[in-house]
Amino acid sequence: MSTAVASAPTKPTAPRPTAPGRRRRKGRVAAWLRAVTITVVCLVVALPVIWMIAAAFKTNVQVTDPTVGLIFSPTLENFRNALADGAILRSLGNSLIVGVVSTVLSAVIAVPAAWAVGRFSMGRTGSLVLVARIVPAISLLVPWYYLFAQLGLVGSYTVLVLSHMFVSVPLILWIMIGFFEGLPIELEEAARTDGLSAFGAFLRIALPLAAPGTASAAVLAFIFSWNNFLFALILADENTMTMPVTLFNFISYASTDWGGLMAAATLMTIPVVLAAVFGQKYLVAGLTAGATKG
Amino acid sequence: MPTPTSTEAPTAAQRTAAPVDRGTTRRGRKVLTFEQANRRLKWSLLSPALGFVALMIIFPLVFTVNLSLTDAFGAVNADNVYIGLQNFADALTDTRRFWPAVWRTVYFTVGAVALETVLGLALAMLMRKAFRGMEIVRTVLMVPLLATPVAIGILWLLILDPTNGIANHLLGFVGIPPQEFLGSVSQSLPTLMLIDVWQWTPMMTLLLLAGLSTLPEEPEEAALMDGANAWQRFRHIILPMLRTTVLTALVLRGVDALKTFDVIYATKGPGGGSGFEAETLNVYAYGLTFDYQEYGLASAVLVLFTLFIVAIVVLLRRRTGRTEA
Repeated sequence: MSTAVASAPTKPTAPRPTAPGRRRRKGRVAAWLRAVTITVVCLVVALPVIWMIAAAFKTNVQVTDPTVGLIFSPTLENFRNALADGAILRSLGNSLIVGVVSTVLSAVIAVPAAWAVGRFSMGRTGSLVLVARIVPAISLLVPWYYLFAQLGLVGSYTVLVLSHMFVSVPLILWIMIGFFEGLPIELEEAARTDGLSAFGAFLRIALPLAAPGTASAAVLAFIFSWNNFLFALILADENTMTMPVTLFNFISYASTDWGGLMAAATLMTIPVVLAAVFGQKYLVAGLTAGATKG
Repeated sequence: MPTPTSTEAPTAAQRTAAPVDRGTTRRGRKVLTFEQANRRLKWSLLSPALGFVALMIIFPLVFTVNLSLTDAFGAVNADNVYIGLQNFADALTDTRRFWPAVWRTVYFTVGAVALETVLGLALAMLMRKAFRGMEIVRTVLMVPLLATPVAIGILWLLILDPTNGIANHLLGFVGIPPQEFLGSVSQSLPTLMLIDVWQWTPMMTLLLLAGLSTLPEEPEEAALMDGANAWQRFRHIILPMLRTTVLTALVLRGVDALKTFDVIYATKGPGGGSGFEAETLNVYAYGLTFDYQEYGLASAVLVLFTLFIVAIVVLLRRRTGRTEA
């Protein structure tokens, strides 16, 4: 059976199986080729990131010497410097605060909404989510800036949280609508026959069942907030600046302090890599949600 | 049976349309019918999320369209004069910055998304049947699409550094002379495209794998019995069935690729480099807005850009619809 993919187009008209020995050998070659290809792809994908992490442990002399590969005596100097720099630590903290608060608030309003859409079907909601994805964020930034400046909020955590929620509310809606539609309705109906209200059925039955979906949507929302560069670039001030903006401001020092820059970039990337390692299954489900429905 | 709905697996629409038992709702002082109660609940749960997104998007859109008709410059709340469609005329006749940015955006998006689709499809086909280490491969594939774009820009700056980067060092082994990559006018955009391919092909792969996993196996088995070879089965059986997923993935990826900003801005800086060599529409609009405070013209560019994206999405989605009809 595994040879099916492998059988070369030598005999397109012959449904009769070829000699079993030859087929098996061909299958083995194909499986081997497949393994090699996949391994090469993984290396191409992973090595640049590994190279960055390795550079974070190198001295500045080693970073700029391409003959120093992945085997060297590591130094923690770059990380020590990065963490001693108040700006980096503060922006990491800001990213964490904005990410957590915007994700929690988004989940609180988007998860019940997604359930309502999934249970009472609301065709137009999907379009709104799509519009939020299509509109270039820059076209929103000037009006937001103007509006929030009137309210005296520019540079505050509030404005960062609100702008990040603009990304995470549609994201969580998008993922959770599909998730709730996939949950069997019978359990909720049984609970309602037993005297629970519709909202009670949501709270006590659907919500606990949706915990894995909510978790993956929330982690993705946090990561998108963590990675967001544009909003904080315009809406944050020195004290609320998030890590991507700080990282961007450090690029100009690249030629003099590659190691420090790589350490900062590594600190930024580690939480995301950890999420990928431990939440792989759920995150894939969240990222591909809705894609197969069209 | 406690289920009042039909016994066959109901679709979402059928479920909600199904008549519900009224007896269970008439509890306490509530005199609302079930339908009314459902509607009220539906709207009270929906309105915070929908209201938030709508507020955050409708006011800015009106604001931007309004600005695009004025000569706003320097400060948005300074005295502006309505100048009709002058900004649009200025943008559409600008062959120095606007049109080159349009072509760069199209070139970057088409090139990157086409490569990502072909590579993603090939990779998805390879990974389709389960194998040992599948979980590890998936985890590896997640990293570039979850990593911070600014950090990705920085790591490629290091790798592609013309004098000290590992890329030129490796190219030297196979006898290729050192390249300028992001440091040169002609290579910047192709290099950025390849970075995008590195970053987003895994996403394509995961989307298409999810699509492949939903396909029925019978048609392919039937074709196999009829003697179709691997390519024929892929071309005539799998690809047509996968069409909707491919088009959806194209829409999602295409929209994001058109708007690519972080990596370009992080590696090339304002204006996409000193010769504007990597200035896409998004980077151009950003510069107009925040570096030059040309709010009127920038808004016109953004309106055109948004219409452009909407047109592409509508076009692609119509094609998706036709396959289902």
